[in-house]
Amino acid sequence: MWLALGSLFFSAGAACADPATPDTARRNELIRMVRNDCGSCHGMRLTGGLGLPLTPESLRGKPDSGLVASILYGRPGTPMPPWQAFLSEAEAAWIVENLKQGFPDVKPQ
Amino acid sequence: MLSRNSFLALTMLALAGCANVPLRGTGDLGVVIERATGSVEVVETSGRSVLGHIAGLGDLSHASVNYSRDGRYAFVFGRDGGLTKVDLLGMRIVKRVMQSGNSIGGAISQDGKLVAVANYTPGGVKVFDSATLDLVADIPAIDAAGQPSKVVGLVDAPGNRFVWSLFNGGEIWVGDLKNPAHPALQKFTHIGKEPYDAMITADGRYYLAGLFGEDGLALLDLWHPEAGVKRVLNHYGKGEQKLPVFKMPHMEGWAATGNELLVPAVGRHEVLVIDQNTWQEVAHIPVHGQPVFVVARPDDRQVWVNFAFPDNDTVQVIDVPSRKIVKTLKPGKGVLHLEFTPRGESVWISARDENRLTVYDSETYAVQAVLPADNPSGIFFTHRANRTGL
Repeated sequence: MWLALGSLFFSAGAACADPATPDTARRNELIRMVRNDCGSCHGMRLTGGLGLPLTPESLRGKPDSGLVASILYGRPGTPMPPWQAFLSEAEAAWIVENLKQGFPDVKPQ
Repeated sequence: MLSRNSFLALTMLALAGCANVPLRGTGDLGVVIERATGSVEVVETSGRSVLGHIAGLGDLSHASVNYSRDGRYAFVFGRDGGLTKVDLLGMRIVKRVMQSGNSIGGAISQDGKLVAVANYTPGGVKVFDSATLDLVADIPAIDAAGQPSKVVGLVDAPGNRFVWSLFNGGEIWVGDLKNPAHPALQKFTHIGKEPYDAMITADGRYYLAGLFGEDGLALLDLWHPEAGVKRVLNHYGKGEQKLPVFKMPHMEGWAATGNELLVPAVGRHEVLVIDQNTWQEVAHIPVHGQPVFVVARPDDRQVWVNFAFPDNDTVQVIDVPSRKIVKTLKPGKGVLHLEFTPRGESVWISARDENRLTVYDSETYAVQAVLPADNPSGIFFTHRANRTGL
């Protein structure tokens, strides 16, 4: 219980420092989601599949706002679905930022 | 030079060695893809156990498997374009070739001599000698408009043919590989928008491609290719708003039960029932989520269904005669695939996020075994070796 409260305070503290940054637990969920669920079309290594590659090289020069919008609202006329039911705008922005830097790997359990 | 005694001792040793490695068949073997580690787990379904692991297969985030006709060798197609031939008995990689930048699946020819791979980057089909993995044919997928296309839905067909679809180009191609040095191609254009996967009926007659860009399916009767590709179910769901699709359905598992096909509805929480004589939809069965695999038990009495994100913790069982859901199971988070044992008494289900396989009795739904596997996805048993389209 105390441990749970402690981590709650910790994440609240982290959130205060930068409201746009998901906390550690959520970040791990997002990493899993990108690697696995986005990965079902874009590849677990994000090198592309039925969907486009999402590597730093392939995203270079593309504006963040457009990429965030693609994640949240999908790309009409393509199979890319909207993910807004599962992601906040801040979380989509965090994903875009990390895709551009080279996306982190899922931590071994 | 060996003395007679030491020769005898060596012979005895060799015989003793043989006795320690009993002969076995491969009919109850299979492999499970461990997607995150690029390895496969070799399993056996008689004692429901793990026999070992084989690593070094590259990016298996999307992977599929075909078998040599003797059921000994698995051909594993990886996301990164790797084609790996694995020896299930020797528990080792026999050969591995990087044959493209990005691939989606493959097929083995009727005579077992050719392995074909469907590629995204660059799009096309490459055909290999199944014994040596030497390239024997390279067929780029340039559509009628001159544009390159990703290839999906590659299957084998009778007559040492392969059939595949062009995702971007909206075409179906039939390749006759009786003479692998000179593949004879027959191309069908304007078959529909964005075929995303395809299947062939177990008799090898009908090739059906699911369309993502529009409603319905493209149907080719391989007994009558001159009749061309027909569009079926193209009025299904007209005017209705589709749900977003968070994972493409697969068609390999499409269930053919007697005269009916049960197929996943794209963007809907439904399984469609199609009459195979009229190619009309005769029913739709509401289910828990968007279906991914719709797999018939070998006796065709039941059909088991798994679902796309975010409903991928669930499997449902449809009773085929009544078209009712008779069981809902929760095998764990990230259910990616299910595979029946050859005669269907058990079904193996992979749960990626739980790092485990669960084996269910298909009659009582009792859990018969739980086995560890690292981020398991596809499960492929060797009886596929002798089935057209698998």
